[in-house]
Amino acid sequence: MAASDTKPAAAPASARAQAADYLVRRHHFRWPEALPWLIAIACFFLFPERMTFGNQMLVMIMFALSLDLILGYAGIVTLGHAAFFGIGAYTVALASLQLGWSEPISGLFLAGLLAGVVGAVVGWFILRYRGLTLLMLTIAFAAMLQESGNLRADITGGYDGLPGLMFDPLLGRFQYDLYGHTNFIYVLVVLAIVFYLVRRIVYSPFGQALTGIRENVRRMHAIGSPVHGRLVTAYAISAAIAGVAGALFTQTNAYVTLTVFDFENSAKVMVMLILGGTGRLYGAFLGGAVYMFLEDEFSKLSPTFWQLGVGLLLVLAVLFARRGLIGLGEDVRWLFRGGKAGDREGAPPRRFVWKPQHWKELGWSALDGAIIGFVAGFAVNVKFVEFMSTYVTSMPARALIFTVVGAAVAAAINLVSLFWTSRTSVEAKAS
Amino acid sequence: MPQIANIVVSILFDGLAYAMFLFIVSVGLSVTMGLMNFVNLAHGAFAMAGGFIVVSLTRSYGLDFISSLIFASVLIGFISVRFERRLYRQLYKATDLEQVLLTIGLAFMAIAAFTYFYGPIPKSVPLPDWLEGNINLGFRAFPAYRAFLIALGVVLIAILWYGFEMTNIGAKIRAAVDNRRMAESVGINVDRLFTMTFGIGSGLAALGGGLAIQLFGLTPYFAVLYLVLFLIVVAVGGLGSLKGTLLAALVIGIVDTGGKYLFPVAGNLFIYAITAMVLLIRPAGFYGRE
Repeated sequence: MAASDTKPAAAPASARAQAADYLVRRHHFRWPEALPWLIAIACFFLFPERMTFGNQMLVMIMFALSLDLILGYAGIVTLGHAAFFGIGAYTVALASLQLGWSEPISGLFLAGLLAGVVGAVVGWFILRYRGLTLLMLTIAFAAMLQESGNLRADITGGYDGLPGLMFDPLLGRFQYDLYGHTNFIYVLVVLAIVFYLVRRIVYSPFGQALTGIRENVRRMHAIGSPVHGRLVTAYAISAAIAGVAGALFTQTNAYVTLTVFDFENSAKVMVMLILGGTGRLYGAFLGGAVYMFLEDEFSKLSPTFWQLGVGLLLVLAVLFARRGLIGLGEDVRWLFRGGKAGDREGAPPRRFVWKPQHWKELGWSALDGAIIGFVAGFAVNVKFVEFMSTYVTSMPARALIFTVVGAAVAAAINLVSLFWTSRTSVEAKAS
Repeated sequence: MPQIANIVVSILFDGLAYAMFLFIVSVGLSVTMGLMNFVNLAHGAFAMAGGFIVVSLTRSYGLDFISSLIFASVLIGFISVRFERRLYRQLYKATDLEQVLLTIGLAFMAIAAFTYFYGPIPKSVPLPDWLEGNINLGFRAFPAYRAFLIALGVVLIAILWYGFEMTNIGAKIRAAVDNRRMAESVGINVDRLFTMTFGIGSGLAALGGGLAIQLFGLTPYFAVLYLVLFLIVVAVGGLGSLKGTLLAALVIGIVDTGGKYLFPVAGNLFIYAITAMVLLIRPAGFYGRE
């Protein structure tokens, strides 16, 4: 992409060769790609007592990876991906309970197949729509599955769940242990296989077509690409992977409830992906790992605190790091290299220039900060009267301090954001 | 026979009250989405904040219910304008995904902040005497609060209809929803129009939040719990259409109430089924533009 962009039409043959070379070479494995897997294996030996948590992390990474395929590559915005995770989770649970099908690996295939088929059928219906309509349809589908599950609580166990599921030993030989060591290896191997498949898909012509649909759907229509069919295929594949992740979730926890269909589960996996970076193979890994780690640590302090943290992460990610942690890392590296053109795709070097309108923006942000500071100060006063009253006794003085501090903090944030946004590229919506 | 008639009247009455609540909250969302195509998932958070302001004003400051409602909606209207100027306008040209993420992030933060200060237990408000109990309409008695809600909804619909169809500003809004570029090229300042409608819409949401306290009890999770419902009303009705939002609110309100009376185990299944059906047949909603 970048290679052919930088060379104008003056040398078409060489540009074409360069582009072809780029396309051929970009899917080769490079050494940093081994890093996440080495870290995972290292964790197995370093933290043997935290393997149940490690399992959950790997399952969520796989779920996020499935979302990346449709959200990051095909540009399908969905808030109902938990539907397929839930289908997979309940497939293995019900197969084990009702049919006595407790063999884990064939259970995975069954879950993936079922979720994939449902994904294909649902996708065929809903992927004609875009924007809010599509968003609502995905939410409605997941919610309908959840409500139907609740309707037949005699089979699904409802919100109390199906506890005490038993699965056969892995490959008929490896028993599940209490600390989840077997499970960790099992999930890691499945994740590696799934990742390899996704990587192949992404770098295939089919993956290129998906990216094309994300970038400019009209142009893809114009060049005769079967847009709807490709989207449905991608959706089905993604649903199948989400189903496998759900099946692994049930198998490793030996427990499943209807909460797997929750809207919050769909939102959570999206946050992970955004945090890591969409449309980047390793975004799901970084985002999933960082999110699960932060959630685990902060939820111990207080679940409310963690919710505030998730909200703040999202707002900051959208305002300052739209390409996630991976993109942020690239931006920082790019800044340190002095921002040479062509270092990063699609971002011309820009200098930060102070303009008169920035004074106005600074003023408004100081006003906003003052309002927030005043309100927050008032609230803090209500909550911790003793805390403030030991230092500042008069009420107006306290209000003034909070107002001024709020204004100063907001102005400082505004300055940083001005500098940052002028340095990083902002993508425009294709209209 | 009178038994069945009684049930039908109850369902229609409660459904109508519920529909009025849905309409009051969703109408602002619908118009702002129609104007700027901005997916605002923090709308429920504005409603929730309005509700808690009403709780504080009535419980801690002894203000009466009606004045608290007015004060809360005006306050939230002004605060929401600052949010729009500061955060939202940076993302007008961004993708749907980024708008969804920013606004749901704001909603999460609001939930956490309000849980911290008000706790997760549902709140209630003291009502004036004339809203307690029942009123008799001759053939049977109805709960006074729901009757008040319906009356208020009808008045608001009349005002909004007049503003939308009869005034200059309403004509500008309709023009901008129909064709934004064209409206801009004839000199309508769509940016300012949007800020104004955003403020009014959020103020109405806050009013709806205050009214909802008595219906459902107010918890911080109100912000996302009912958000999906508001979005359904907006999507089913059609973006930027007053008529569509009203029709969708009526359909969703009455079907949901009826479903919960007659088949309580099914939960929200009926709403989602109706949403999916309407959107599959008419992707832009009842009165939306394709």
